[in-house]
Amino acid sequence: MVEWTEQERGIINSIMGSLDYDDVGPKALTRCLIVYPWTQRYFVAFGNLYNAEAIKTNPNIAAHGIKILHGLDRAMKNMDDIKATYAELSVLHSEKLHVDPDNFRLLADCLTIVIAAKMGNAFTPDIQGAWQKFLAVVVSALGRQYH
Amino acid sequence: MLSEKERKLLAETWDTLTPVAEYIGSDALLRMFTNFPGSKTYFSHLNISAGSPHLFSHGKKIVLAIAEGARDISQLTITLAPLQTYHAYVLRIDPSNFKLFSHCMLISLACHMGEDFTPVLHAAMDKYLSAFAAVLAEKYR
Repeated sequence: MVEWTEQERGIINSIMGSLDYDDVGPKALTRCLIVYPWTQRYFVAFGNLYNAEAIKTNPNIAAHGIKILHGLDRAMKNMDDIKATYAELSVLHSEKLHVDPDNFRLLADCLTIVIAAKMGNAFTPDIQGAWQKFLAVVVSALGRQYH
Repeated sequence: MLSEKERKLLAETWDTLTPVAEYIGSDALLRMFTNFPGSKTYFSHLNISAGSPHLFSHGKKIVLAIAEGARDISQLTITLAPLQTYHAYVLRIDPSNFKLFSHCMLISLACHMGEDFTPVLHAAMDKYLSAFAAVLAEKYR
């Protein structure tokens, strides 16, 4: 089981609480599709992803980004058992969506960059550490049910 | 693979970052030391705590080298030749650390540039730092 200090819990809740999911979700996903273009392979049915502008204005991608942030919200609300919270999601990503689990890490990194850009110097090295630990647990849980 | 547009963008960006090399470099290093403690093992001879002069001077050195490379990316192997030798035979820093530093550098840039650290710039920067690290490790074996 993952051990969280009171400070780490505070940091995660504070960061998530400060986020506008409707803004950050789309930003993180579009950044991932632009910075790591091979991730677009999973979004063929979402419409025009031809260039950065198209990706940024694609409503399907935006909606999906919001969905993802709400999914992350569940992990924040169940920090003591993220593995169980995400078991079903992990199966979905493996069996139905066939997403290479390495992609979770790429998206997590893009989300971190979006938050860093938003928080500026308030995103200190220690806060970065707690946030990265949280995302690492999330990424691990999402890949857990693959076989 | 960096396009002409990306190379120009990188050259311009690093040009504007050169005056704050100390600040960006020390921030990236501190993030790396804080979050990836194994990387500290290469600096046991320096004081790398927050605010230390060693952290600033070392951070400055690194950023200036990265900025220098960005001036003409097509000449990267030539520009970095002395540093290649230095890292391969003297420093012998495990190249996995270059990845960790690049990751922290991207975060430092995001914190410093905010919205100006656009996805397009982020992509170009990530590619450039990967190329830089690969060239740096070329003489290792």
